[in-house]
Amino acid sequence: MAKLAESADGLCSVPALLQRNAEKFGDRPAYREKEYGIWQSWTWKETSDEIEALALGLLNLGVNKGDHVAIIGRNRPYLYWSMVAAQMVGAVPVPLYADAVAEEMEYVLSHCGARFVIAADQEQVDKVIDIQEHLHQFEHMLYLDPRGMRKYDHRTLHEFSHVQNQGRAAYDEFIEDLNARRNSLTYDDTCVMLYTSGTTGKPKGVVLSNRNIVETAKASSQFDSLTEGEEILAYLPMAWVGDFIFSLGQAYWTGFCVNCPESAETMKTDLREIAPSYYFAPPAVFEGQLTQIMIRMEDAGAFKRKMFHYFMAHARKVGPRLLEGEPVSLFDRVKYALGEFTTYGPLKNALGFSNVRIGYTAGEAIGPELFDFYRSLGINLKQLYGQTEATVFITQQPDGEVRSDTVGVPSPGVEIKIADTGEVFYRSAGTFVEYYNNPESTADTKDAEGWVATGDAGFFEKESGHLRIIDRIKDVGKMSDGGMFAPKYVENKLKFYPNILEVVVFGAGRDRCTAFVNIDLTAVGNWAERNNIAYASYQELAGHPEVLDTIQSHIEETNISIAQDEMLAGCQIHRFLILHKELDADDGEMTRTRKVRRKIVGEKFDDLVTALYDGSDEIYTETEVTYEDGRKGKITATLKIRDTKVQPVAAKLAAE
Amino acid sequence: MKDTEGYVTADGRQIGGVLMELNNITLKFGGVTAISDISFDIHEGEIRAIIGPNGAGKSSMLNIISGFYTPTIGELWYKGEKRPQMRPYEIARMGVARTFQNIALFEGMTVLDNVMTGRLTHMHAGVAAQALWYGKARAEEIANREIVEKVIDFLEIQSIRKTPVGRLPYGLKKRVELARALAAEPSILLLDEPMAGMNVEEKEDMSRFILDVNDEFGTTICLIEHDMGVVMDLSDRVVVMDYGKKIGDGPPDEVRNNQDVIDAYLGVPS
Repeated sequence: MAKLAESADGLCSVPALLQRNAEKFGDRPAYREKEYGIWQSWTWKETSDEIEALALGLLNLGVNKGDHVAIIGRNRPYLYWSMVAAQMVGAVPVPLYADAVAEEMEYVLSHCGARFVIAADQEQVDKVIDIQEHLHQFEHMLYLDPRGMRKYDHRTLHEFSHVQNQGRAAYDEFIEDLNARRNSLTYDDTCVMLYTSGTTGKPKGVVLSNRNIVETAKASSQFDSLTEGEEILAYLPMAWVGDFIFSLGQAYWTGFCVNCPESAETMKTDLREIAPSYYFAPPAVFEGQLTQIMIRMEDAGAFKRKMFHYFMAHARKVGPRLLEGEPVSLFDRVKYALGEFTTYGPLKNALGFSNVRIGYTAGEAIGPELFDFYRSLGINLKQLYGQTEATVFITQQPDGEVRSDTVGVPSPGVEIKIADTGEVFYRSAGTFVEYYNNPESTADTKDAEGWVATGDAGFFEKESGHLRIIDRIKDVGKMSDGGMFAPKYVENKLKFYPNILEVVVFGAGRDRCTAFVNIDLTAVGNWAERNNIAYASYQELAGHPEVLDTIQSHIEETNISIAQDEMLAGCQIHRFLILHKELDADDGEMTRTRKVRRKIVGEKFDDLVTALYDGSDEIYTETEVTYEDGRKGKITATLKIRDTKVQPVAAKLAAE
Repeated sequence: MKDTEGYVTADGRQIGGVLMELNNITLKFGGVTAISDISFDIHEGEIRAIIGPNGAGKSSMLNIISGFYTPTIGELWYKGEKRPQMRPYEIARMGVARTFQNIALFEGMTVLDNVMTGRLTHMHAGVAAQALWYGKARAEEIANREIVEKVIDFLEIQSIRKTPVGRLPYGLKKRVELARALAAEPSILLLDEPMAGMNVEEKEDMSRFILDVNDEFGTTICLIEHDMGVVMDLSDRVVVMDYGKKIGDGPPDEVRNNQDVIDAYLGVPS
């Protein structure tokens, strides 16, 4: 892979892009922020002036080339400017999670050796002051909001606007130095350092070069034909690589406008007012919005509610097909247009999605129902797969090839290979330089040829060429016949059924898979109420034969879909039981973030697992439970075990 | 007038001279004496608390300061002048704003409109001009809105700006009431039990806002509160009342150790 020293048109850093934008899009809006109830805006020209003033101010304070400048706060134009101003003087911006506690900040600030901190408000300043005696390299702190700061010791504290004013005053003195530093930025200089969230061990500082950012911004903007007319709402944490690419990389490459909400709580109103054309959210946000809509529709008048359900049913039928450009009959098109006028349009307006041309979701699997709901409304929601080390993009879905169960084709310029273990490796212009001060981890993750291990297991679908992610590689096991055992993949498929709350699949080192199921008491309870089925407890409802029938049909449907992937066909569920209690963090069966502790569940319900494999029809069991007030009790139950129909593993047998 | 010297608080804040002085106030309703012969002063920039058991006459005292009641005997000096008998709105114009023990907001109006009513004393355009939103009324409303927006920002209630007050939880209503009082840009702010009925978190928020208001705008605050912890933490000086009489006056630590105060709160062994 040939590496260019700079990009074709000489734009090899974010400050260079800023300069171009100030000339090319001078009067177009670059930033908007709602403050005092009004959207305040800055053009590219004004943005360039503000950033330059800040950069001069930073020179005045003595920022050196290669210094790390930490940036802490919620999404605000001033903080985005801070990152670019730091780059302009040759320093490296390090955005931090604003909600991190002081100890977490201490680790990151001392690891990168930040000399300067730019903090949003008193809250963030206080956190840094709390830990500053442990930070040996820390010298100066800038703050944006002067509220409550008047009585602080101002020897090392500076108000943001004052630094800018000093910069403007010292223009003649520093402008040459600034220009020299700005012009000396190359493709290999560090653009930004982002800390991974550190779910495993300490956070690692991912060093991304100008090449990573500019090339990725360029390729991904072209992929979705982004223009300077896009509007985005910057509301995801600034320390997250996605926000850096969307709100800074792509925004500076294409010159579109970044809108910052008034506060975290006003995000929904602001979204509606801005109506972005390009939008990103994790599945949880989409799910929350859908739940809100459904609750509010239940409270609506009978006519509105009927209309909503009638047209939504139609939208589910033809909406996704219309979006994919597939043939749809004239009658259905007319009916959809009517629905757009009466239902979908107003609904999208209320959600702030009226103008969404491209929407992305990533981070975790999104339920097919949820995904189809938004697509059926005509919102072009797509999935992408990425990580910090890749400057986000590894794969993404092109328009017209969008599905809920894949993460798309390799992004432009990304090479992907699947190792024998099933692990996904990639190599691209966006591949990170290194983990800061951590050569061992760098070597573990990135090999000499530039291939990076994602830690995820996946495979390419033969027909479509789309990548499918199965699970974290360390969670993928082997069955006794050597087939791949990917419990989370199966569990996620099952959990998309509203009746199923949790599933635990067993099968590692065994010849077939079995499962524990937790029913969703709300959904199944609702069903029971409608069908006049009386029940006194979770346990009683869980043991009801009709409930067992329903769950069995869900599992059999899932088996059919699993059987289609030849690598995973062995993961079909042969037998299952519905647990007599809900898995609970108080009993140690789940983590506090509601992730099942597979091993502990397996050990605790050892008798049930044995019963799943020894062919018995039912089993008597006693379980100790912890009540919310800490008392312990015991529940006993006789659980039925059902066999489920599995699909023959046709493809594999034929191949052999 | 007595001495108008300021003083320095325990945490090192400089407090100004006397802003308001109440001399030998007695308030009677027919045969009932609600307040009898109480004198105290409020310095500029301080947080002054009035505490006491139920029925001690605290709210009556606040109502005298805000001009809702006129004392039967006694006089009230404000900004160096003896205050004549006035209507409450006239007193409001003189820079006295208040919140109420049992929230008194316009439930059907939005938060923004409610807070705008706090600016009423600063609007001078005629009814017709205001109705037509024309000329001076328009410029005035825009200027007032700006002040209101700054208060909204200060109290962090942007997300409920357009929400009708009736839909808000209790703690937020209290904050909206504070916002309305602040919008009047008062020189003295009266808070009648600002924390009543709040949970711990809401109390913490409200305490922070009260301190911030005092710190940021230098507003003098006079508050009535039952929560002793809050009073002792927040206030610079405390007046203690019992059965309409003043039984203590001074900094929190001094008042806490005053035998009369302890007796009034805990009872006297017989």
